[in-house]
Amino acid sequence: MREPGNGEVQALDTLLDSTLESVDTAEEAVLKIAGEMGFAEEELHRIGIAVRETVVNAVVHGNRYNIRKKVHLRVSQGDRRLVIEVQDEGDGFEMARVPDPLADENLLRHSGRGILLMHAFMDEFQMRPALPKGAEVRMVKYLSKAN
Amino acid sequence: MSVKLNTRQVGDVTVIDAAGRITLGEGASTFRDAIRDLVAKGHKKILLNLSDVSYIDSSGIGELVSGFTTVTNQHGQLKLVGLAKRVKDLLQITKLYTVFEVFEDEAAAVRSF
Repeated sequence: MREPGNGEVQALDTLLDSTLESVDTAEEAVLKIAGEMGFAEEELHRIGIAVRETVVNAVVHGNRYNIRKKVHLRVSQGDRRLVIEVQDEGDGFEMARVPDPLADENLLRHSGRGILLMHAFMDEFQMRPALPKGAEVRMVKYLSKAN
Repeated sequence: MSVKLNTRQVGDVTVIDAAGRITLGEGASTFRDAIRDLVAKGHKKILLNLSDVSYIDSSGIGELVSGFTTVTNQHGQLKLVGLAKRVKDLLQITKLYTVFEVFEDEAAAVRSF
């Protein structure tokens, strides 16, 4: 993960176990920070879903519930923006291999919509290979002028 | 809180009143088991009332789809009623509005089967 920059202040840097309980822990921690920043209720809901989907991917698909592997969660705040980074210790991830969940032939698939929701609910979304291994997601949400 | 399900009969339509969160883990599996149980017992007209569901994640959406395919594979119908705005938004984002029949009003939904 990159160090906070561009006027950002680190608000949280923690390692989570590869369990589903970590999903709730991450959502709660990020929403506390986002709430204090002044995000409105609907935006908090969207941020919460995006965080859940990201950490679920890290725990389930990245670390595969391996108790020896951790999920690294880092949250930074900048000028009217919230930056959330999640890194797993899995075998990496290729976005291109995820079937398009909006294609007609995939609409009835039971899974594969998490990244779509992260994209939809955050202002910026990036996923890339992490070093030395794993996948890293970086998401940004901006406070609107209405907040 | 995970999801709580209550089942009732309105004519020949089975209405499932869901309340809480349908998310990865207990909430999603509770929903999946309930649908499979109903279908196994021969219920083929199922109306899912989501008016008290406050939160669904992608796993919960997956369970809705799974329920839909479970019922339709047995030549039944699964329809939705009472969607909160957030749930409607999710169905629109995922294009599942094109898959599910969605109603605002329970009486109209029941009549539609």
